[in-house]
Amino acid sequence: MRRRTGILVLTLALMAAACGDNPVAGPSPSPQRGSFPVTVEAVGGPVTMENRPERIVSLSPTATEMLFAIGAGDQVVAVDDQSTFPPEAPITDLSGFEPNVEAIAGYEPDLVVIANDISDLVGSLEGLDIPVLLQPAAEDLEGTYEQLGQLGELTGRQAGAAEVVGEMRRRVEELLEGVPEWLQAPTYYYELDPTFFTVTSDTFVGQIFAVVGLQSIADEAEGAGSGYPQLSSEFIVAANPDFIFLADTKCCGESAETVAARPGWDRIEAVQEGNVVALDDDVASRWGPRVVDLLEVVVEAVSGAGA
Amino acid sequence: MATATAEVRFRPTRLRPGVLGMALGVLAVAGLAGVLIGPVGLSPQGVLLELLDRVPFARVDSGLAEREQAILWQIRLPRVVVGGMVGAALSMAGAAYQGVFRNPLADPYLLGAAAGAGLGATLAVAYLPSGGGPVGPLPAAAFLGALVGVGAAYGLGRSVGRSRTSGTLILAGVAVASFLTAVQTYFQQREDDTLRQVFAWILGTLGTVTWREAALMAPYLVVGGVVLLLHRRLLDVLSLGDEEAESLGVRAGRVRLVIVVAASLATAAAVAVSGLIGFVGIIVPHAVRLAFGGSYRLVLPLSIAFGAAFLVLTDLAARTLLAPAEIPIGVVTAFFGAPFFLAVLRRSKGMS
Repeated sequence: MRRRTGILVLTLALMAAACGDNPVAGPSPSPQRGSFPVTVEAVGGPVTMENRPERIVSLSPTATEMLFAIGAGDQVVAVDDQSTFPPEAPITDLSGFEPNVEAIAGYEPDLVVIANDISDLVGSLEGLDIPVLLQPAAEDLEGTYEQLGQLGELTGRQAGAAEVVGEMRRRVEELLEGVPEWLQAPTYYYELDPTFFTVTSDTFVGQIFAVVGLQSIADEAEGAGSGYPQLSSEFIVAANPDFIFLADTKCCGESAETVAARPGWDRIEAVQEGNVVALDDDVASRWGPRVVDLLEVVVEAVSGAGA
Repeated sequence: MATATAEVRFRPTRLRPGVLGMALGVLAVAGLAGVLIGPVGLSPQGVLLELLDRVPFARVDSGLAEREQAILWQIRLPRVVVGGMVGAALSMAGAAYQGVFRNPLADPYLLGAAAGAGLGATLAVAYLPSGGGPVGPLPAAAFLGALVGVGAAYGLGRSVGRSRTSGTLILAGVAVASFLTAVQTYFQQREDDTLRQVFAWILGTLGTVTWREAALMAPYLVVGGVVLLLHRRLLDVLSLGDEEAESLGVRAGRVRLVIVVAASLATAAAVAVSGLIGFVGIIVPHAVRLAFGGSYRLVLPLSIAFGAAFLVLTDLAARTLLAPAEIPIGVVTAFFGAPFFLAVLRRSKGMS
């Protein structure tokens, strides 16, 4: 408890510096309740909570995982249809891809967290005086930590957020100790779907692999202007990646066997040497706390393969 | 319609060997370019020698590494072949549809084939377990969906209309297509994690095709092509109008059914292996009409050859322009096809 208070004081000091607010003027903070009103600077602009939110709606599977991880789970009343983790999250048929403002408002939320501002969802909800926190895909691990911090402040769970971030940092550091020193960066092909959509090092997932020292074969496709290019099959075979990571095991039933059965792919060293790694699609497509689990799988795969 | 029949009088209606030879030459050049050029730089000499090596009794060493051989034989060549087959199927089906419906805007997707295939693909992605079996669930569902779409449009058009006129069929096709699209959108909204996969499929792709797709498609292409070619003269008669055709002893409704079935089978097979590639079925037959004449004795065989060549070349652009990234082929067909078609249109204005 002492540590929590310490962090609280630190946060308050930071807040005072950031907003020029006088923390003493606010309602007296208690360790559990956080301090309100509070304002955080997010991608979509400043978001202010007058009181601790008790009816949060999350339309972002990542934000759902974050909210439950930092201990704000019991403040969440509804999550979107893709928020499959944790199991106790109150899943509904709300959609983050085709959001229905009326259905969202029906839950009488005091805070809505989204990952995509589709058809001006932010404007529509703010028109109803519902605060919206926009948290698009993070760019790297620091981005994840920052979003956890934002959620912590807005929900009065700064301590929980700080604890999660601290634990993540510790595990990442520990995992990276097990990574061999590469003489030459190993290459990988990361499969988003069976039509060969992949990621470059510029994406969040790409950054995770970069931390381990791996390089995406798609980095040559930067001319495509997107971090998620679709590659030619023949290019993948010719690039001969050292590792293949499959993020399409749940959606599309791909596996080391189906990959090896593709025409010409049996010539890829990753296939010949058994370095085709099946990932959990959900973990791999989110930038929440479980990204460390993804990192663990990657580190295990590359360490086992030997430098 | 009127323009097509008018041109029959001005242009030769027989396919001269020289013209056919030129069309096949263009196809051969396109095919060779497709095999020689790709995102992976295989040496042209090596590729040619490797091809020569497969000629019976010829034994040469191409100098290509094992992995390069695999790329050529198992990835690049099947893609060129399937691309050509899809182009041929869509072009001949488009030509046939334009003939039987006497409508220059008709394309192979007119009677609900695209909407049916789209619904089938969506349901497959959302509800069917993936993998297993010789054919993935998506191609099979798209194939069935296309046939169900056309079948429903044809059945409804016949039962609603007093006579089996082309106008009633087209209207029934529009209604069926709207209905199927609505159902598809409903399921997409319910299962919105399928959006990306379905969308990618709708834009069309040849990126994952193998020899298996070539084998799956071949029977439909061959049977459809033979049936349509056998009906090329009847298509000329039909283009005069149903009454004129009947007065010449042609049973217009029956001929139309046979042609629609043949064209739809070829279309459904093409859609199943490559998704919805637009525009080919409209511009290739029209470009052939403008350049060589409107008789179906010319239009059908030349559409097959030029359609195949056109799609091989557009796919070449799709896989090399941003290499090693791909561009959806549907984008390329329209991007290069539309200006090309306007150029043909412009040039032919002075001639007819």
